[in-house]
Amino acid sequence: MIGRSLRALPALVRVGFVESLAYRTEMIIWVFSTTMPLVMMTLWTAVARSVPVVGGGGKSWGTTAFVSYFLSVFIVRQLISGWAGWEMYYEVRQGTLAMRLLRPIHPLLSYGVGNLAALPLRAAVTLPVIVVLFATNARDHLSHDWHVWLLFPFALVGGWVITFFANVAIGALSLFMESSVKLMDVWLAAFFVFSGYLFPLDLFPDWLTAAAKWLPFRYQIGLPVELMTGVHTWESALPLLAKQWAWAAALIVASLAIWNRGLARFQAFGG
Amino acid sequence: MGRYLGLLSRQLRTSALLAAQYRWDFVVDGVVSLFFMATAIVPLFVVYGDASRPGIPGWSFGEALVVTGWFILLQGVLDGAVNPGLQAVIDHIRKGTLDFVLLKPADAQFLVSTARFQLWRVTSVVVALVVFVIAFSRVGRAPAVLDVAASLVLLVSATLLLYSLWILIVSAAFFVVKVDNLTYLFSSIFDAARWPSSVFPNVLRFVFTFVVPLALMTTFPAEAMLGRLESSALVGSLLGTLVFAAIARWTWLKAIGHYTSAGG
Repeated sequence: MIGRSLRALPALVRVGFVESLAYRTEMIIWVFSTTMPLVMMTLWTAVARSVPVVGGGGKSWGTTAFVSYFLSVFIVRQLISGWAGWEMYYEVRQGTLAMRLLRPIHPLLSYGVGNLAALPLRAAVTLPVIVVLFATNARDHLSHDWHVWLLFPFALVGGWVITFFANVAIGALSLFMESSVKLMDVWLAAFFVFSGYLFPLDLFPDWLTAAAKWLPFRYQIGLPVELMTGVHTWESALPLLAKQWAWAAALIVASLAIWNRGLARFQAFGG
Repeated sequence: MGRYLGLLSRQLRTSALLAAQYRWDFVVDGVVSLFFMATAIVPLFVVYGDASRPGIPGWSFGEALVVTGWFILLQGVLDGAVNPGLQAVIDHIRKGTLDFVLLKPADAQFLVSTARFQLWRVTSVVVALVVFVIAFSRVGRAPAVLDVAASLVLLVSATLLLYSLWILIVSAAFFVVKVDNLTYLFSSIFDAARWPSSVFPNVLRFVFTFVVPLALMTTFPAEAMLGRLESSALVGSLLGTLVFAAIARWTWLKAIGHYTSAGG
């Protein structure tokens, strides 16, 4: 099964990429719905215009610090996105999951590749933002330590793995219950608050910052962004990276367990 | 008119029966509603933080909380009455089953608009009222009766605006069919309405006032309640709402003419 899946991989990637091109309107709509960091950027720069905002750790946030933070958030959000949960929900409800199961490739692999194949187009969307980030004085608030930039790709991949397998776990729950899509909404609402998507996490009251350290959401967006914006040194980033991958591993195990048990119950349509 | 009122009560009853049928869902829905309202308030607390933070220029914490109250109220309208129907129409269009709706001897726009309600979201009215009480105790005075009346008028116009935006988005679904994430787009743009519109730079404020009139839905009613909305703004927003609603209806009629059913 694994050898066969690997041989099919190039074709799967190609199909996924062509699909992302075919549904480009859909992707543009999606990109528009992720412009929240830009809205938050204007809000926070308005708040910090007269007096810089001081975070829990003593860091002082001026307007350009907010600009580089939220531009980084926008970029990271494009690159760690996954939507397998919704796909699974619809396919389970409509019985079309059966088609996917018939293919001689592991279904989770085809979801994963489908989600990854859209990344080139999303990366293209981030290009202008990257240019702005590096060409304006927002650059001053980026990390100057190249060791940290070496860790950045790992944090980004870790963020994607958490997003994808959380999606799989919640999507697989639709094999058990009708309302898994609502769980997805709950996950998203918590994600918006605790990931650093709406504000840098050190602006939280202390007890919420502490909570955010233990929740998975910060490792989806917060950690990669903190690496970009130079919050961490190489040494202080490593334990956080370890925590991120611990979450990733836990979600992989949990989602596979839910998927396997749920699949045993799946009887397609009219079963 | 009487016939449509009868239809509306039928549709509402169906929604209630559906909600009661899936009991587990009903409980989950309730928890989700409360959770959403909690997450609506958190960002404001972060912006104002402790007393040392300057907060949003021109808005005290209590005043900004009034805007949040309006945001919770309208989010309730959006999630309770607007989004479920929107999802239903998009499914209809994709599967081609909209034909069955069009064949029925009533206005199609009315039928799809009232097809589904999330009755749980009524709770957001209660939560919004609590938020208003807290907000005005922070401001240190009660709102004037006339100001409350003005804000209620604006509530009606805000609902109409939200509904018109919804119709415009549904119309878009006739042209670009794979639009699962339209509701998601709608909700995430609406998220910007939780902040007083004065925090946005001029271009964005223009967009949020005249193109996607979020300011008219939360900031204007909040200012009316605080007694600082000018009457010209009140009249202007009412007229604007009517124009917006007319455009939405016209677009709907155009879009439905474009509909080719499945395999068309």
